[in-house]
Amino acid sequence: MTYGLGLFKGMLVTLRNFFRPVVTVQYPDRRVGIFYLAKKANISVIRFLLESPRESVKSLLGLVRVPVYVEQNPRFRGEEFTWYEDRCTGCASCAKYCPLGIIRIETHESGEYLQEGQSYFVDTFDIDIGRCMFCGICVEACPYDALFMGTGFERGRYQRSELVIPIEELKAASKRPSTWFRPQLESQKFDPWKSEADWETVGREAYKWHPKRPAQSGNPNQEDQVKE
Amino acid sequence: MSGSFLESNVIFQEIYCVLAGSKYAGESCSAQGLLPVGYDWIGFFIAGFAIMFILANAFMLGAAVFVYSERRLLGKFQLRTGPNRVGPFGLLQPIADILKLLMKEDIVPNGADKPVHTLAPIVMLAPAILVTAVIPFGSGYFLTDLNVGLLYIVAVSGMITIAIFMAGWSCNNRYALFGSMRGVAQLISYELPMVFSMVGILILTGSLSLIDVVNAQDIPFILVQPMAFVIFLIGTSAELNRTPFDIVEAESEIIAGYHTEYSGIKFALFQAAEMGSILVSGAVVATLFLKGWEGPFLPGPIWFLIKVYGFVFLMIWVRATLPRLRVDQVMGFAWKFLLPLSLVNIFVTGASVFILGDMENGVRVLDSVDLLLVGAINLLSLIACLVLAGFFMKTKASGGRSREILVSEFDPAGREVLT
Repeated sequence: MTYGLGLFKGMLVTLRNFFRPVVTVQYPDRRVGIFYLAKKANISVIRFLLESPRESVKSLLGLVRVPVYVEQNPRFRGEEFTWYEDRCTGCASCAKYCPLGIIRIETHESGEYLQEGQSYFVDTFDIDIGRCMFCGICVEACPYDALFMGTGFERGRYQRSELVIPIEELKAASKRPSTWFRPQLESQKFDPWKSEADWETVGREAYKWHPKRPAQSGNPNQEDQVKE
Repeated sequence: MSGSFLESNVIFQEIYCVLAGSKYAGESCSAQGLLPVGYDWIGFFIAGFAIMFILANAFMLGAAVFVYSERRLLGKFQLRTGPNRVGPFGLLQPIADILKLLMKEDIVPNGADKPVHTLAPIVMLAPAILVTAVIPFGSGYFLTDLNVGLLYIVAVSGMITIAIFMAGWSCNNRYALFGSMRGVAQLISYELPMVFSMVGILILTGSLSLIDVVNAQDIPFILVQPMAFVIFLIGTSAELNRTPFDIVEAESEIIAGYHTEYSGIKFALFQAAEMGSILVSGAVVATLFLKGWEGPFLPGPIWFLIKVYGFVFLMIWVRATLPRLRVDQVMGFAWKFLLPLSLVNIFVTGASVFILGDMENGVRVLDSVDLLLVGAINLLSLIACLVLAGFFMKTKASGGRSREILVSEFDPAGREVLT
């Protein structure tokens, strides 16, 4: 047994790691070299050098960045909510069930009577994310599948007041609902990281009918029953 | 012409030549220098100062480059990227670090010994820069050729011990004091085998001047003195407080050791001294063992840099690999293993030179074959020492107590076996 042989074994282990590729996923962007750019443009590196010298010099200096797409599980529960205005009846179930009482809903009567009765317009739909614990009970409580857990995770703000999501933001946000507690989305193999979900397709099978749908189209549930 | 030791210095000559003219600086220069006749001493001063300026700045820049390369290479060893955001490939990261440290508040703790506290970083940085004075970076690229260069390096780098103790003592902080106490014990213990390992080179070259050492290396001394190289490497990494000998600033035990209470520019000075002295040690190793600036095809200073960065890479590699030793393990390793090994090295080298060398003018001279033979004997004795140490130290792995006894204290079955 020679003294000190273990040192060299350990050194070899780290040396092997030195030549392995880096596992870091850089976020939100990463730097790319000239090979990546040439491959993206589908031309050889030399041709890329000749065609766009400016870009190639920038890439050789390490100044070209491309945004990195961080893929998550479709069930990922982000710190935002996806809300479908067209599905919401303003019943305020979410606000009633919320254990923290952080959802604020104000509605007014639309004056329009559908099969279920008076329909409402939602004026205010504020969710105070700063106090939310993301239990998802609001999502579970929604009878019309209008509220979904969202998939956003970049909601760092400097002030608590900025953490309240107002209705305008909910309306304008891209509709990428998490499939958490929504088996219909899972059975569709819906992936919020790849596509957006339309309000007509996100609901459960039994709730194909919707109050906001024009009355001429009739009740889809009834049609189904007729077919059967 | 004053300052004969500067005559062979290329940079000095160029500047002095332009400033002083042919009357003072030699025939090859232009007839009329920039300075008036009789004021050549100003040229001498400016030319000397230029070299010192270059050396000090190269030291600081080298420290910055080392910080960057260490972080990048350590990242590669750990399968991550390291800093890559500030500037192209993160190259401006050290500059950003320095700017951050410059803007931080310079805190002096309550009850600190203020003059000593302020002086410690300077005392730490000065010897590291002073060592660069005698190192030849190429043929004609050096500040001085001291005839006691090797001794000068040992003496000057010994001052770091005082700086560490000053820093630890003045802070009025237990962690700092622990760190500096450990540091003093470790540095003094490892200085001994390190200096003893130089004695073998001294025997072979017969001179303390570093330029003579480089010129004496017909074959690099790493092949002639492998045992001394191993000892010197271990001793150097202990002197530099690098892993596995970083008990001085063990962050999991004593926060940051002697520079716990330092912030701002003083902390930056400590860091610069530590990082820069790694490069300086690399330069010493390259000079003593790797044939200095000499190598084929490329010019001298570039070969020198390649060798220094080889050493730096080895240091980073070791840091990525080895865990920190316990205090008693560090001290025991120095006194029980490294010091006897260095004494064996002196004996083996001296004996083989005595037997193989031919007497010429009262000095024993060795040709290349003899040198290789000396190297082979040295390597064989190193392996023999390692095998012997493995034989004796096998049961001493856990602080001098064998594994069976340790088990028996907790395990009834083990106690039965022993009784």
